[in-house]
Amino acid sequence: MEFDSNKSIYLQICDAIYERILSGELGPDARIPSVREYGAEIGVNPNTVMRSYEKLTNDGVIYNRRGIGYFITPDARDIVLYTMKKEFMMNELPQILRKMELLGISVEDLQINEK
Amino acid sequence: MITIKDLGFSYGEKAVLKNITMTLEEGRIYGLLGENGVGKTTLLTLLCGLKAVKSGSIDTDGHNPYDREPSFLADQYYLSDEVAAMNMTALEYAKNYGKFWDGFDMDKFVEIMGVFENDPAQKMNKMSFGQLKKTYISFALACNTKYLFMDEPTNGLDIPSKAQFRKAVTKYTREDSVILISTHQVRDLENIIDPIIILDRQDVLLNASVEEISEKLYFDYSTEKLTDALYCEMIPGGNIQVALNTEGKDSKVNIEALFNTVHQHKELIKGIFNK
Repeated sequence: MEFDSNKSIYLQICDAIYERILSGELGPDARIPSVREYGAEIGVNPNTVMRSYEKLTNDGVIYNRRGIGYFITPDARDIVLYTMKKEFMMNELPQILRKMELLGISVEDLQINEK
Repeated sequence: MITIKDLGFSYGEKAVLKNITMTLEEGRIYGLLGENGVGKTTLLTLLCGLKAVKSGSIDTDGHNPYDREPSFLADQYYLSDEVAAMNMTALEYAKNYGKFWDGFDMDKFVEIMGVFENDPAQKMNKMSFGQLKKTYISFALACNTKYLFMDEPTNGLDIPSKAQFRKAVTKYTREDSVILISTHQVRDLENIIDPIIILDRQDVLLNASVEEISEKLYFDYSTEKLTDALYCEMIPGGNIQVALNTEGKDSKVNIEALFNTVHQHKELIKGIFNK
């Protein structure tokens, strides 16, 4: 895994799991690796992975079965879609719009390119 | 847990460590950072009982390391920066010396050697420095100790070995272990060390988890200049700027920028983190 965005590592780990859920690789009730397994796989401190799993649990994306592991919830895909759309609107889109302004690209220009 | 209280140490007249107070908790991989000569190696040797404190105390789960009780020593490992090239194979070394550690696991030693693509049948005095270092790292991890102190472990490792080291430290250590790694190679160990300890000539400037650091400081990687930046460094894509995180924004902690910020604003940083 490459860590290069400006986001904290624990959120980047969440994003990586989100993408695997959206792509369908991780379906409802699919098991994800334990905190230590995942940490070892990607070379990250287990406490950081724990923080990601706590966030995913609080957001209702994964659930913990004690002694067995972490699994994807049935609603995960909907929650992830909503979360990522919101993030796109709040964070990524303003950046894109800013860049468009700098480059002098208008919304109409985009539509022309589409055709 | 290790509790260090008002620790002081000097080599003759020369004071190296002064008023060091901190606790090291279980299940954490601490990164010990500091400029050359601040006493990182000295601190590690005090923690493992190789040296006696001049003032203050170290309490490791009720033990004073300098008492060097055999049962206590059998549950800790100190990996020095300089490692001995013995006239024997790595396997012989492990067989002979593994006995001193109760938890030593020969299969694990061979497995980790394999991860590092190191040949256990090779004589240690015929190994390159990096291979020798990897042999000792494999041995250190195979000892399964509760306390693990490593001094500059990634020095001399080639590029693939650094990634293997990061993975091995997570995979092959005990969940309840207290791990302390001193390093200048923060990029080698970024994402692995958490909490971060920054040692100064006679003081602990910072001992905080990455979570705490990102709560209190904001790391900005944009091209816009921040007016209230504590630290600013130009990089190819713009700047790394560090400012107080007054708005509770999320950002990725950059350890080099953190280190420089802490050094330029010692009192401010101590004030923020000791609240």
